[in-house]
Amino acid sequence: MNKTHDNRAWLFVLPVVALVAFNAIIPLMTVVNYSVQETFGDNVFFWAGVMWFEQVLQSERFQDALLRQLTFTFTILLIEVPLGVAIALTMPKKGPWVPVCLVLMALPLLIPWNVVGAMWNIFALPDIGLLGRSLNALGFDYNFTRQPGDAWFTLILMDVWHWTSLVVLLAYAGLVSIPDAYYQAAKIDGAKPFAVFRYIQLPKMKRVLTIAVLLRFMDSFMIYTELSVLTGGGPGNSTTLLSIDLVKIALGQFDLGPAAAMSLIYFLIILLLSWVFYTLMMRNEQQ
Amino acid sequence: MTRTSRYVPVLYILFLMLPIYWLVNMSFKTTNEILGEFTLFPREFTLENYVTIFTDPTWYMGYVNSITYVAINTVISVLVALPAAYAFSRYRFLGDKHLFFWLLTNRMAPPAVFALPFFQLYSAVGLFDTPLAVALAHTLFNIPLAVWILEGFMSGVPKELDETAYVDGHSFWSFFLKIFVPTIAAGIGVAAFFCFMFSWVELLLAKTLTSVDAKPIAATMTRTASTSGYELGLLAAAGTLTIIPGAFVIYFVRNYIAKGFALGRV
Repeated sequence: MNKTHDNRAWLFVLPVVALVAFNAIIPLMTVVNYSVQETFGDNVFFWAGVMWFEQVLQSERFQDALLRQLTFTFTILLIEVPLGVAIALTMPKKGPWVPVCLVLMALPLLIPWNVVGAMWNIFALPDIGLLGRSLNALGFDYNFTRQPGDAWFTLILMDVWHWTSLVVLLAYAGLVSIPDAYYQAAKIDGAKPFAVFRYIQLPKMKRVLTIAVLLRFMDSFMIYTELSVLTGGGPGNSTTLLSIDLVKIALGQFDLGPAAAMSLIYFLIILLLSWVFYTLMMRNEQQ
Repeated sequence: MTRTSRYVPVLYILFLMLPIYWLVNMSFKTTNEILGEFTLFPREFTLENYVTIFTDPTWYMGYVNSITYVAINTVISVLVALPAAYAFSRYRFLGDKHLFFWLLTNRMAPPAVFALPFFQLYSAVGLFDTPLAVALAHTLFNIPLAVWILEGFMSGVPKELDETAYVDGHSFWSFFLKIFVPTIAAGIGVAAFFCFMFSWVELLLAKTLTSVDAKPIAATMTRTASTSGYELGLLAAAGTLTIIPGAFVIYFVRNYIAKGFALGRV
């Protein structure tokens, strides 16, 4: 669309900028402020320079949490994106079942996150949960509160349960926008199902899938509530991802300096990776 | 489509429903039955857990608080996002692209980073423990999202509509309110749905910014789990009740859901 150049459009954006700035800039500056200072209590602060940043970046604890975070993020992306696309492809395109499917699939997205955690906790408990009890009855030695491997399995299963629907709904939206004529043309050309997927369905889904990957990527980095209710980062530190570690330091130990430095590093990692995704996405849209 | 592939969505929905079934099932059981034996259906069907929630104000006020701040947040987010999204979809202006990305970065900010500063900020302005504080805090990620969604929908409306209206003698506001807003009503519905959704499910900020008077229902649940022992039946009943508003809202927007999730960008 040809956009008119007019700087008065700023007036329309002003309320949004004012509200978001109030919520974003003041807290962010607070964090920056803490990250370069040292305190010995009594609200007396000293300039500390980049001490906290060096300390956080060099600490094994942070590196481990970051590694776990990246493992988690890429595992769930590798499961949720292909699974979501596969489910969207097999869904009916029209008919009375479409709204029923959509409503049922969207349901996990609207459950408060701590309820998701609590629900999975009681679902997976080895003695009274359906999942835990069934797995043990099948001969697996399953206990997610004791064994790190089981905790990871439960965490990933929970995230797949919670968020695959987002990918399904996005991919489905891309699919239903393909006109029937495309499929008819493919049929006349004698295209195999895989060719239809590769040359018709996938290109049409590309845009929405980029949104899906971007949203899942950002949100998986922010996972906190479900995880803290489900495992609390345990057993040991085996499921302590970045956000859990951060809250432990900031609100648990009240180590403001290291917590602030860690917040900024954490935020910058998300920002950098998201910027890469965003630039790629916008380049695709302009083509 | 082959015969077997038809079962994929069915199996998936079954997988989605299992934990929910377990939660609902547990909410109708007595604590003794939950801890004592393993049953697929409640043997002694009881409504006691629900009765407790509806008669105890510390429980039901949690729902009132949650719904209050979610409603305030949705209204504020959509109202301020409307003109901004219009500006982004129709005009080029100084720093527009940077501004748009900056807005989106706030969608990426992990609430864990902002929890402590938010607590200090809202205590300083005297809004701590009010629904308004939570509603304003949630605009941090809901306004960018609403702008993003509405911009997508507005860019789908041809600019000729605006020009024709001005030729017909409409002023800007008369065009915007009487013609443009009704045209993108679906988009507004979708944006409102998303604001509702993210404000309803977020808990870390909501919990940090409230203590007694404005405590959200989800936070009430955490307290029960930790202080008064393991009242699993009560916890399950409260959890079940938090699913209902979401299900209700999805039912209303079911026809827009697919398009809405694509943020108008298909």
